[in-house]
Amino acid sequence: MTLSTPQLRDGYRMMLLARAFDRKCEELFQQGIIRGSLHMCIGQEATGAGAALALRDDDILITNYRGHGHALSKGISPRAAMAEMLGRATGCCKGKGGSMHWTDVKKGIMPANAIVGAGLPTVVGCALAGQLDGLDRVAVTFFGDGASNQGTAHEAMNLASIWKVPAIYICENNLYSEMTPISKTAPNKDLAERAAAYHIPAEVVDGNDIEAMFDAVCRAVTRGRQGGGPSFIEAKTYRVVGHMIGDSQIYRSKDEVEEWRTQRDPIMRAGAKLIERGLTAAELEAIQTSVDATITDAVQFAKDSPYPDVREVYVDVFAEPIPA
Amino acid sequence: MRELTYSQALREALIEEMDRDRNIILMGEDIGVYGGLFKVTDGLMARFGEARVRETPITESGFIGAAVGLAMCGKHPMAELMFMDFAWVAADQLFNQACKMRQMSGGQVQVPLVVRTQQGGGRGNAAQHSQSLEAHFAHIPGMKIVLPSTPADAKGLLKQAFREQDPVIFIEHKLLYNTKGDVPEHMDPIPFGEATVKRAGTNVTIVSYSRTVLHALEAAETLATQGISAEVIDLRTIYPLDMATVLRSVKKTNRAVVAHESHRNSGFGAELASRITEQAFTSLDAPVERVGALDVPIPYSQPLESATLPSPDWIVAAARKTLYKA
Repeated sequence: MTLSTPQLRDGYRMMLLARAFDRKCEELFQQGIIRGSLHMCIGQEATGAGAALALRDDDILITNYRGHGHALSKGISPRAAMAEMLGRATGCCKGKGGSMHWTDVKKGIMPANAIVGAGLPTVVGCALAGQLDGLDRVAVTFFGDGASNQGTAHEAMNLASIWKVPAIYICENNLYSEMTPISKTAPNKDLAERAAAYHIPAEVVDGNDIEAMFDAVCRAVTRGRQGGGPSFIEAKTYRVVGHMIGDSQIYRSKDEVEEWRTQRDPIMRAGAKLIERGLTAAELEAIQTSVDATITDAVQFAKDSPYPDVREVYVDVFAEPIPA
Repeated sequence: MRELTYSQALREALIEEMDRDRNIILMGEDIGVYGGLFKVTDGLMARFGEARVRETPITESGFIGAAVGLAMCGKHPMAELMFMDFAWVAADQLFNQACKMRQMSGGQVQVPLVVRTQQGGGRGNAAQHSQSLEAHFAHIPGMKIVLPSTPADAKGLLKQAFREQDPVIFIEHKLLYNTKGDVPEHMDPIPFGEATVKRAGTNVTIVSYSRTVLHALEAAETLATQGISAEVIDLRTIYPLDMATVLRSVKKTNRAVVAHESHRNSGFGAELASRITEQAFTSLDAPVERVGALDVPIPYSQPLESATLPSPDWIVAAARKTLYKA
């Protein structure tokens, strides 16, 4: 037990926010208000919350297309995030990126990536930049079990190791690479084994236990800040929803999903811990109420915001627009 | 004026820029102790240290990705891609990452990354080490594309590349490294998007870039002996593209040849021919002629390679065709 009760309470709120945000997105997607892609992180919220509690604002985060929880926990504004989902000018990316590219540089959130495995090399550079400037900042990237099969993952781990940069690789192993079990696509029982090939300290943690996540990320952060180089954390977790909206999920049993949803849910577990530590059910309910209000406010803000002016299409492509 | 080789001029630009800006970090395969395959970074590791001149594993995707991350975090990296043909190994990092980060983030991040590489055939490097791929870059918005033909342009344009706040692909030609030319002691950066008229003429405009400019100039000499006055334009950068200089010339000569070493089919010449036709149709007395490599992988054997890549003779023939001379 290393999270203080106020920290655990904060983490609980982060997870509730991530879940409520994605559930609201699902609803808006089904209403046709959100377009494109939506990859919810329902069931995986502890990874981002646990990590965020261990990070500073100036630490870099590069997440992926299932990264709403990570970015919200790291501090992206729910209003700006929801406005981005609705393609509005007030969105965190001015409506140009959508669900998969949330960015908030002031919070250390670099553009999220929609190419599986692409963030792993990039984070080497982010970590190196801080190291060259003599900063003690770390750079974290989240990726899935499937991404650990990509060539970029291996190139990046090799590079991070030989350059000894403070990169933290957090592999969320949710057992499925999109719609195929990782057991069919990787020979390793634990994907953390892969880091050993590159002499990167690695550990396997229960990714649905926010405290275990926090502890593991703290160890990695300490290593990175002290010049000890990269770390790898395999967070065993599970998404209790499909890969994306409309995923038939024929590749797994309903019983399996139900077991994770009802027995291993990270929010439920953190809530139980808070109760053990003396919070009342009413206090937990109040957190949920506050989160719901945040979401309602974010949706209202987004809906009240204007769409970008169409002349914006040529803006932000280059530093200065180049005439056609 | 003093003469330098193309590679010496490039090296000088790197030194001057690295002295000016501590945020410039070089990385690439064999660029440190070895000094780069074409010696452009010779001695730079000793001079600037291993933190700023970084030897990488042979992982184009990995180190170009790392360079993208460095650039997003305030550095101005130069990644050396040993052969242009390897760009596809790093294609995701170049096209999906470097080109798109600024826009996807709504302008919150920028990627001031210089990718230096070299391309082209003529040395018997065969199909996977001889291609010219600038058109691939021109098709994806988000990157500036530079193809210098002379040592002075190489220096001035490379200096400019480090003043840009966007990704730049800086494309050298492997047969230009040993060419010599006048390079002033003190050179300002050369702005992108400014073509130069290498030779004035009145009968036909030849538009080119990179090493093919040398072919175009040779062709113009030959054409002169045949009573044909050719104007030769070196675009120097194809993105941004200086159409104004091209159009000014075509409106004068009423005929145009576009010539490059990359494949003719869907090459950048097709874009140029299309733009000239759109923007100067009424000035044209003949269809725009395109010169490019045959549409086959570049073969190894010398006679086959020579038959595949454009020569000055091809440009002469194309120019004569615009004048309806066989």
